[in-house]
Amino acid sequence: MDLFIQLTLTGLTNGAILALAALGFVLIYKSSDVINFAQGEFLLIGAYVIYAMVVQFGLHWTLGMFLTMVVAVALGVVVERLVLRPMIGEPIISVIMVTIGLSSLLKAIVSAIWGNVPRAFPSFIPSEPVSILGATVGEDRLWSILIAILLLSIFTLFFRRSKEGIAMRAVADDQQAALSMGISVKKIFAWAWSIAAATAAIGGALVANIVGVSGELAGFGLRVFPVVILGGLDSIPGAIVGGIIIGLLESYTGGYIGQGLNQVLPFVVLIIILMLRPYGLFGQEIIERV
Amino acid sequence: MLTLNNIEVIYNDVILVLKGMSLQVPEGKIVGLLGSNGAGKSTTLKAISGLLKPENGEVTDGSIEFLGEQIHNQDAAEIVRKGIFQVMEGRRVFEHLTVEENLIAGGYTRQGANLKGDLEMVYGYFPRLKDRQKQTAGYLSGGEQQMLAIGRALMARPRLMMLDEPSLGLAPLLVMEIFHIIKRINEERGTTILLVEQNANLTLGVADYAYIMENGRIVLEGYPDILRENADVREFYLGLTEVGQRKSYREVKHYKRRKRWLS
Repeated sequence: MDLFIQLTLTGLTNGAILALAALGFVLIYKSSDVINFAQGEFLLIGAYVIYAMVVQFGLHWTLGMFLTMVVAVALGVVVERLVLRPMIGEPIISVIMVTIGLSSLLKAIVSAIWGNVPRAFPSFIPSEPVSILGATVGEDRLWSILIAILLLSIFTLFFRRSKEGIAMRAVADDQQAALSMGISVKKIFAWAWSIAAATAAIGGALVANIVGVSGELAGFGLRVFPVVILGGLDSIPGAIVGGIIIGLLESYTGGYIGQGLNQVLPFVVLIIILMLRPYGLFGQEIIERV
Repeated sequence: MLTLNNIEVIYNDVILVLKGMSLQVPEGKIVGLLGSNGAGKSTTLKAISGLLKPENGEVTDGSIEFLGEQIHNQDAAEIVRKGIFQVMEGRRVFEHLTVEENLIAGGYTRQGANLKGDLEMVYGYFPRLKDRQKQTAGYLSGGEQQMLAIGRALMARPRLMMLDEPSLGLAPLLVMEIFHIIKRINEERGTTILLVEQNANLTLGVADYAYIMENGRIVLEGYPDILRENADVREFYLGLTEVGQRKSYREVKHYKRRKRWLS
C-alpha cells in the first residue's frame, strides 16, 4: 500500500509536469496548427534559468520561479517575432521544420552559456519528508503538484472566461473570421507562444528541482507526444488528463514491473490511441452539419 | 460615409479582379450590391475591410475613404475599430465555441465596454440565440448560424455593417426573416448597411440604392424602383421576360437577350 501511494504521488508529479509542457504544445497547435518541436527546449531553458536564479544569484525560489516565467514569456515573444512571424503564409510543414531548427538553436544556446556537464541542483523547493497515508514523500513533490494544478486551473479559466482567451480559441477555429472581427492574429500567436514557453519553463523548473539540470531535460519534449496524442492535440483538458494518465502509467510500470519499460509504455499507448481514436480522448472531431 | 473611388484589386500580383470599381454608401442607408458569381462582390467587401492580405490580394489603385479618412490597405483590426464590420460569406461562426463566446469574440475590439448589455441587445433581435446561449455554434442550424454571424457584428457596434450574401443556403422563409431584421437594425440603430446579394428581388425590396456589378466593375446603378423597370435587370436578375411574366424556358433558346451594358 505504501508503495502504491508513493508511486501514485510520483506519477502525479511527473504527470503534472508533463501536463504543463503539453499545455503549451496544445496551445500552439490549437491557435496556429503548428507542431512545436522546440517545446522540450523551452522546458530546458526554464530549468537552467531557475538554476541561474536560485543557485548562481541566490534568489528565493518563489521569486526565481516568477522571474523564470517572465524570462520565458519574453522568450516566447522573441521567438514568435523573429522566427514565426516571417513564416506566416508559408506551408505548415515549413513552419514545423523551423521549430526543429529552433530546438537545436535553443539547445546550443543553453550549452554555450552553461556548458554540457550536468549540474547537481540542490533541491530548492523545501523538501522535508511528509507522510501521507503511511507513505513518505518529499514536500517538493506536493509543491510541484500544487503549482501545476494552480497554473492549469488559471489557464483553463483564462480560456473559458476572459476575452483574450476566447479570442485565442476563435483564432484556432477560423483565422480569417477572427481577423474580420478585429482580432489581431499576430498578437494571438504571440500570446500562444509566450504562454507555451512560460508553462514549459515552469515545468522545467519543477523537473530541475527533482532531478537536477542537464541537457537531457530536453527529452521531455518527446515525452509530450504520447500525452497530447492521448488527450487530443487540440484539447486543453486533454493535455491535463493525458499528462496525469501517462505520468501515473510510467510510475506504476516503473514501480511494479521494472524500470525501462516505463519509458516505452507511453509510446505503446500512443500507437494504440492512434489506431483506435486518432483525435484523442478529448480532441475535437470535425463538426459536420448534415 | 464610404466612398470607393476607382479601385483596382490584384490577387497574387497577376489576377486583376476589380477593374476600376466605384461606389458610395451614404450614412444611415441600406445600399445593395448585386452581381453574379465571380463579379467581384466579395472582393470589394474584403478590399474595404482589409481582409485581402491573407488571401494575397492588394488594392493597387484608387482610394477607399471612410468618414473622410483613407483606409485602403490598412490592417483589418484597425478598420474594425474605425467602425466597419464585415459579416463574411458562409456565416463562418466559430464552430467549437458556444453561442455566447462567439458573441463575445465579436465584441473583441470594444475594450472595457458593457458586453452584458450588448448581449441582451443581440438576444433582443434574435431570441432564438438566447435559447441556445450555451450551445456549441457548430451544431446550430444554418439560419441560426447566420443570425449568430449578424449578432456577432452587432456586438462590435459598427457604424457600417457589410453583409456578404446573408441569404446563402437558407430557406426562403428564413431569408425573409433575416432581411426583416437587417431592415430593423438599420432603422432602429441607424447602422449603415452595405448588402451584397444574389437575391435581386429581396435586395431591391430593402435597399435605398443599389449597384449592379459585373466583371469587376459597376455596370448599372440606381434607385430600386428604377432598376426594377430596367429591361436588362428584369431579364437577368429578376427572371422576368419583357412582357412581365415569369420566364418560360421554352423560349430561352429562340431569343437570347444581350446585355446592353456590355456594348
